[in-house]
Amino acid sequence: MKPSRIGADFKVVFRSYSRNPVALFFSLIFPIILIGLFGLIFSSIGSTSTTLIVLNEDHNSVLSVKFLAALNDTKIVTVQTENVAPSDFAAWLGQNGYSAGMIVPTGFETNSTENITTNLSLYLNPQDSATEGEVLGAVQGVAASFNLEAKCAHLTNCTPEIGLAPLHNVGSQTYSYIDYLIPGLIGFSILTSPMFSLVDVSSSYRKEGIFRQLSLTPLTRAEWLTARVVWYILLCFAAAGIMIGMGVYVFHAHVTLTLGMIPFLVVGPFFFVSLGMLCGTVSKTPEAAALIGNIVTFPMMFLSGTFFQVSSFPPDLAAVAHVLPLYYVIDGLNQVMLFQNEGRAFGDLIVVLVASVIVFTLAVRLFQWRDER
Amino acid sequence: MASAIEVRGLVKQYGDLAAVAGIGFDVPAGTVFAFLGPNGAGKTTTVEILEGLRRRTDGSVTVLGMDPWINGAALHRRIGVIPQDFHFFDKITPKEAIEYYGVLFGTDVSPGDLLARVELLDKTNARFDTLSGGQKQKLGLALSLANNPEVCFLDEPTTGLDPHARRAIWSVIRSLRKEGRTVFLTTHYLEEAQLLADQVAIIHRGKIIASGTPDEIIRTQGRPARLRVKAPIELVGILQKQLGAEARFQDGHVEVELRDKRDALRVLSAIERSGVTWDSFTTQDDTLEDVFVRLVGQMDDGALKSEAPP
Repeated sequence: MKPSRIGADFKVVFRSYSRNPVALFFSLIFPIILIGLFGLIFSSIGSTSTTLIVLNEDHNSVLSVKFLAALNDTKIVTVQTENVAPSDFAAWLGQNGYSAGMIVPTGFETNSTENITTNLSLYLNPQDSATEGEVLGAVQGVAASFNLEAKCAHLTNCTPEIGLAPLHNVGSQTYSYIDYLIPGLIGFSILTSPMFSLVDVSSSYRKEGIFRQLSLTPLTRAEWLTARVVWYILLCFAAAGIMIGMGVYVFHAHVTLTLGMIPFLVVGPFFFVSLGMLCGTVSKTPEAAALIGNIVTFPMMFLSGTFFQVSSFPPDLAAVAHVLPLYYVIDGLNQVMLFQNEGRAFGDLIVVLVASVIVFTLAVRLFQWRDER
Repeated sequence: MASAIEVRGLVKQYGDLAAVAGIGFDVPAGTVFAFLGPNGAGKTTTVEILEGLRRRTDGSVTVLGMDPWINGAALHRRIGVIPQDFHFFDKITPKEAIEYYGVLFGTDVSPGDLLARVELLDKTNARFDTLSGGQKQKLGLALSLANNPEVCFLDEPTTGLDPHARRAIWSVIRSLRKEGRTVFLTTHYLEEAQLLADQVAIIHRGKIIASGTPDEIIRTQGRPARLRVKAPIELVGILQKQLGAEARFQDGHVEVELRDKRDALRVLSAIERSGVTWDSFTTQDDTLEDVFVRLVGQMDDGALKSEAPP
């Protein structure tokens, strides 16, 4: 491989690309549109609390006020007290577009001192299962905490400080949708730009005789492919920069910029340039190439955790995701950008790297400049 | 003169179909060789084998002393090629394309000089997808010269071009010959071959059916010269009776075959003596195109079956 020839071919790729508004749109502008749209639609998921309308019938007793304050402190719900007739409460909630309500009954405080159980009445919308789970969890958690404190008051060996601290979040609940969307869309960019372009180029250049023309020069197939790998690596860096910038500054995403991202931004395009080339090479016509390219690309686009977390998939679908190379690119980016879990990211990287070497080798071997028949 | 290209018993088989069925010819160095044939005759298959782009089934081929299939990489540094219907990267300009080829071949090439040579200097910075068909072919020609080749393969370089663009490419072909380069030209235009080529071979159905200089082919394969007179049909009978000449009536003209140049005077005297009213006359020789059409037609009719010697 001669660097000067790779450099000359890289210049051709750069000029061809930078002068093609459609290619630029899909590589750099389309991801911005996607992150903008998805960010606007989903940025509230997991990042703001649910409004809990409360009808306090215990006439603002000390205990009820304390209980509601503890609920508010969980940040899972925002308590908003209203004066509505109890019989109209359910209808009122629906008419005003609220998904969660609670009635604190009369005698809430006195029952507590007399060790009598008081039942809180929760009003939840079964069609809004996410809110239902959050509110139920928050109320149960605070109630359990109050119960424990109340029991401790009667025990000599119990520590009375246990209690009203806000509920602790676990795992993914500390991340919002937009945080996951950024690594997912970087993966989307790593997949789509090289795949669609190389599938098209490899079949149309063959049809137009451009490969035949290049075969009459000293440029080798590996040099030609390497120039494209380098170009798409740079393009993916640019796309990642734009998406991270937009996610952080526009949607206040919480991602970590780390050197651990670099291997995925290098190996990812390497894999998909090679795979695109392979798809184009095994197809006899540009139409067949486009079909094969789409069959390979679209399932990967939606099943690898690009737009939705693979952990939320049904088990069978999640199993399919685990055989898709893009899953390991996105999971690796998630691990380094969100969880700082370099160990798991390294495992992901090894999978993508091995797959890349295999696919690159196959692409170079099967891709012929000249007619071997 | 040493041969730049030598072909012996070349066969290219696609399954049961013999695209090239045992042809042979030599192309002396520094000459223009025109390879003619109707569509599907085997021209492009042959030229692609010579360029090292296609594997032959049988026979031997050397270009500049090298086997094109085995020594393709070395050969490609010494040959230039314009394929049929030349395409390049859409968004690249002629100047950038030549610079690109210069780096690939490691040659110090001046885009300005090459573009001036093919009369494309005014399109130096125009993108390929904005060029006309003729301008694209000119760029193809310029690129084929970027490595200063000893042999140029031009596969139908003027097909579909306007007369001006065609003449510009002819001018470059003539200059290549003057510089001592060998030109292997395939073309549909018989006039082009007759004007430019030192040697011609006509291929049909994978076999060479005529070869030699254009004059030799016309002389050996063409019909005798003819005198055409605008006159009524009764003149045919008069001339056959008086001169025993081969005469026929066609398109309002009487056509008489001439044995030699002086025969024309004898025929004209006979016409004048006949008292038939006649108008203008012309003499006609076969062109390479006439010979080509006749030979190909005869072969299609089954009259011509054997391969002419190379």
